[in-house]
Amino acid sequence: MIKTPRFLKRGDLMAMVALAVLLVVILPMTLDVFRLNLVAKYLTYAFVAIGLVLCWGMGGILSLGQGVFFGLGGYCMAMFLKLEASSVANTKIQSTPGIPDFMDWNQITQLPLFWQPFHSLTFALIAVVVVPTAFALLVGTAMFKRRVGGVYFAIITQALAAILTILIVGQQGYTGGINGITDLRTLKGWDIRSDHAKLILYFVEVACLFACIVVAILIRNSKLGRILVAMREKEDRVRFSGYNVANFKIFAFCAAAAFASIGGALFTLEVGFMSPSFVGIVPSIEMVIYTAVGGRLSIFGAVYGTLLVNFAKTSLSESFPQLWLFGLGALFIAVVLAFPNGLAGIWRDYVQVHLVRLIFRRRPPPGAVPGWTDDSVADAAAAE
Amino acid sequence: MFGDYSVGDLGAIFAMQAFAGLILFSVFVLMALGLAIIFGQMGVINMAHGEFMILGAYVTWMTKTVFQEYLPSLFAGYFFLAMALAFVAAGALGMLVEWTLIRHLYRRPLDTLLATWGLSLILQQAYRSIFGAREVGVELPEWMMGSKHITDTIEVQINGLFVMALTTLITCAVAYIIYWSRWGRQVRAVVQNRVMAGAVGINTEKVDRYTFGLGCGIAGVAGSAFTMIGSTSPTAGQLYIVDTFLVVVFGGAASLVGTIASAFTISQARSTLEFFLSGSMAQVLTLLAIVGILMLRPQGLFTLKVRK
Repeated sequence: MIKTPRFLKRGDLMAMVALAVLLVVILPMTLDVFRLNLVAKYLTYAFVAIGLVLCWGMGGILSLGQGVFFGLGGYCMAMFLKLEASSVANTKIQSTPGIPDFMDWNQITQLPLFWQPFHSLTFALIAVVVVPTAFALLVGTAMFKRRVGGVYFAIITQALAAILTILIVGQQGYTGGINGITDLRTLKGWDIRSDHAKLILYFVEVACLFACIVVAILIRNSKLGRILVAMREKEDRVRFSGYNVANFKIFAFCAAAAFASIGGALFTLEVGFMSPSFVGIVPSIEMVIYTAVGGRLSIFGAVYGTLLVNFAKTSLSESFPQLWLFGLGALFIAVVLAFPNGLAGIWRDYVQVHLVRLIFRRRPPPGAVPGWTDDSVADAAAAE
Repeated sequence: MFGDYSVGDLGAIFAMQAFAGLILFSVFVLMALGLAIIFGQMGVINMAHGEFMILGAYVTWMTKTVFQEYLPSLFAGYFFLAMALAFVAAGALGMLVEWTLIRHLYRRPLDTLLATWGLSLILQQAYRSIFGAREVGVELPEWMMGSKHITDTIEVQINGLFVMALTTLITCAVAYIIYWSRWGRQVRAVVQNRVMAGAVGINTEKVDRYTFGLGCGIAGVAGSAFTMIGSTSPTAGQLYIVDTFLVVVFGGAASLVGTIASAFTISQARSTLEFFLSGSMAQVLTLLAIVGILMLRPQGLFTLKVRK
């Protein structure tokens, strides 16, 4: 008998409560505002990581260009904030008051056309999601309709990340160049740099994160999610069964892009600037490692993986800057060779089994572990 | 755009830009050859390819230092030894990496990509710890410096000519090895049908290891040649990896002719555009054009039919 998939299974709910307790209660109570702001910064990457779970973990499409969407979302937000910060009153000393300072430095005397609509917050908020998603739609359609996949797709998305970085750095007058868009102050007159605002932004971000998690879980537990997994395992059979494989891939890629763009916009708000150093090849591939460490199939694992890798990065690079790159490199290799399912796999194989036995005093039947419907990636790969 | 220049000037400009493009082309070909062998023949994505190049560059630098210190009389010829050492060092490291890392991941190409990226981070930090974060440059022997005057307005650098000669030589050697030698036949047999190649008695694991080693070794030589044109820093490899991958993919993996043709197209397009636009816009336009063409023709310029 086929079980109808219940939305939000018990395991997901439990994991969600645990994450909520951690993010809403424990962290704000134990950390000062500076550290909490760091957590907020890390969590913006978690949006990207969740998107990658859908796209890479489930759909098998490795995108090395998530920084593009993160950056586009972030830049859309930053453009609005920058325009608000460069009102005529604030920029009196410039030769052309009322335009962003970097444009003035680059002898631009008029606000470029594509900056004009970003005076409106509504437009900016819509653009944050629509621009990156539309770009993903364009790239995805062009590639997947022609059955470009796997390694080629990864390389081309990586090239896109490189192109966008070079473009942003090169067009200094329009984008702020290598420094990015800095000195962002207020959102509709509300100072985003104060401690109070940072606290509020943190909770807004956590709320957004949970919204994204719920959407991701809904996608995973729906028929759509199953088709994605089926496509990863045996693309041809899904195609022979009458599904339009390309459209599902485009959907997964666009969803990942949308998640990344939300993360990027929140990043701009939390950190107060946006620069090409969050767009390029290196940040994009680091985002993939967050997902890999967390477990590429686990939505919650992605969040924990992001937090953990970033904590390790901050604390290690503060005290042993030399060791950090060795550590990160070793992490890449170890995750791939020894733990293809990341933290979530370790949790499932070693911790949860004992936990369940301890609580219920019995062994759970195989496959009955809540929240896990997919076989491990390593098994899947070996079966190919 | 052309109004300010006379016809003679324009001719000279095009000749000089074409020559600059040819040097870029030689470097691209050297970098891409190793990658084309590894990616094309084995299907492995080696993100650490740039770091193997840098290894070659550092080996060259070390050889130069040793010669300057102990054998100043033989300094004129140190470069040839340096290139040989770079090949051996990068090739040996490549075979070690294949044995410890890559061979466990042949069935998971995307994971190879991540693992080799990790390897590239480790190598970068290792270079930084050993050689320092600052860029190092290599002094060339007397005879390699300077330039030759062809006409009043056109002159070519000797080191550029040397790089071109080197590239031609290595390309011919690789073509010979892959297409005419016994070992090359084994490599191609493994590419076309791994199981059957194993069944007729080819040691496919050994072929894999030597193929990977050869690819990395050529990367080392490329790095060695690269020191003649630019300086070496621990992270320099990363700057070229995307370009190199695009050269290989654009040319069509598994096709040496394709790799050379695409390296030629890309380098000429870029150096010509660079004269009229800023360097970054030239790069953006070239890369965009490649990505665009790849979307229309995903298999690249030249393709080889392979039974999967």
